[in-house]
Amino acid sequence: MAIATIRPLYFCTIHCPLTTNHCPLKSSPPMNTDYIDLQPWQVGIAAALILISGAISLLLRLGLERRLLVASVRTVVQLLLVGWVLEWIFKPNQPWYYVLGMLLFMTIIAGGAAVTRCERRYRGVWLDSVISMGISSWFIGAVAVAAVIQVQRHEQTWYHPQYCIPLMGMILGNTLSGISLGWDRFGDELAQKRGRIETLLALGGTRWEAALGAIQVAVRTGMIPTLNTMMVVGIVSLPGMMTGQILAGMKPESAVLYQIVIMFLIAVGTTLGTVMVVLLSYWRLFTPWHQFIPGRIFPKNGKKH
Amino acid sequence: MTALLQALDIARRHPAGDSWLLDRVSLEIRAGDRAVVSGPSGSGKTLLLRAAAMLDPIDAGAVLWQGRPIAREAVPRFRAAVIYCHQRPAMLADTVEEALRRPFALKIHRAKKFDRPWMLERFARLGKPDSFLEQPVANLSGGEMQMVALLRALQLDPQILLLDEPTAALDPKTAAEVEELAVDWIERSPDKRALVWVSHDVAQGNRVATRKIYMENGSVKEEG
Repeated sequence: MAIATIRPLYFCTIHCPLTTNHCPLKSSPPMNTDYIDLQPWQVGIAAALILISGAISLLLRLGLERRLLVASVRTVVQLLLVGWVLEWIFKPNQPWYYVLGMLLFMTIIAGGAAVTRCERRYRGVWLDSVISMGISSWFIGAVAVAAVIQVQRHEQTWYHPQYCIPLMGMILGNTLSGISLGWDRFGDELAQKRGRIETLLALGGTRWEAALGAIQVAVRTGMIPTLNTMMVVGIVSLPGMMTGQILAGMKPESAVLYQIVIMFLIAVGTTLGTVMVVLLSYWRLFTPWHQFIPGRIFPKNGKKH
Repeated sequence: MTALLQALDIARRHPAGDSWLLDRVSLEIRAGDRAVVSGPSGSGKTLLLRAAAMLDPIDAGAVLWQGRPIAREAVPRFRAAVIYCHQRPAMLADTVEEALRRPFALKIHRAKKFDRPWMLERFARLGKPDSFLEQPVANLSGGEMQMVALLRALQLDPQILLLDEPTAALDPKTAAEVEELAVDWIERSPDKRALVWVSHDVAQGNRVATRKIYMENGSVKEEG
């Protein structure tokens, strides 16, 4: 998976004020005009380019025209909507619970999205995904805001949305892939290696000994995309966040520092989220009596039995 | 004498409906028992054995080991003494020797050691050369895998073996050798060991059994 995983979900719509200063940590300067404000017709030009994809779909009979249309409309609507919501949350002196509410909403949506991508389900998978998403991202997000960037020293409030929301957006977006890959692979492994797991249990293995192989494969699978991204970041492609900051006028040398911080945050966030979702599902599918209950797993579009 | 293993009124509901996979089945295994369980497919033979090894959750009933219920943390110890052998066993490794050594990596068996001479002697009785140890498990037939799985369980010195059609994939001659191996294992200390054997083969039942259990529709229909 390439750089695309580091989706600046909520970033590019934000007018980044970190620009005029060499030090991005100084109290926020007034909105500057280092970037070019886009007019609707300019956006229209870019949007019109999607017709090329449409033409190719028609030409090769890919049958993707409808999806292209829906995807395009969704992109525009969703981003305009989020821009509007952020604009509102970014108003000065908004109470803290607006920001927290937004973060909570983002966490739940991300937790749900992680499950929708998976082929297998079990009762409680949604809750487990949201819990894993919440604990890992909020922990990493808190460290980022309070210890790394130290927002409270530069702004009046720690919950300053300009930092919280884009940071959490990126952490959540990446943790989402980790959780989704982690459970997807864990479910696969359990289904494929059922005989192996049951044989180990029958020979006196504990549930942990029986599941360990599958747990290792699943956690590794969840972590690898982030590691791969870290390997090539800056060489093969420029991360979206950094690109956004540079577009907004930040000096590249400041932008890369932010990017380095982000890379570490998402690496740890992804690891934690993946481990958590795998462990939570392990506890649901293996009983304290060292029994494995594959019957609790059911396919995405199937009934529970 | 207390039974080694008691399954008391075990019931297990069908996950989809109100029917029962196991309908209040009781089974008592005493030392020296060679119980053969038979019955049509889907009658609950495998489920009974799995329930007896506590491998599946049950909806009602209890499993007692030496007269006592089994605590959560004692389950691995219980399963080291009461080993269920799957009909299609997983080999857990790449070669026969690794497959046979795999259980010793489990915490519960760590004190024991792989006994090569003991194993080679068993091989000889089953007509397998020493080089069988180096065989990749990918080359084994279904019957050979069952043989390896049985030896893997036997070497752990269990009290009770729960064998799920252990000779279903073997030719009659090898099947007879496997029977002999299992019976010999019991005969060596009949005061401590017992065997439960699921089999469709009537003749085999007659050869192996000291007790016969016939199951139908999730319950024991006849015992004798």
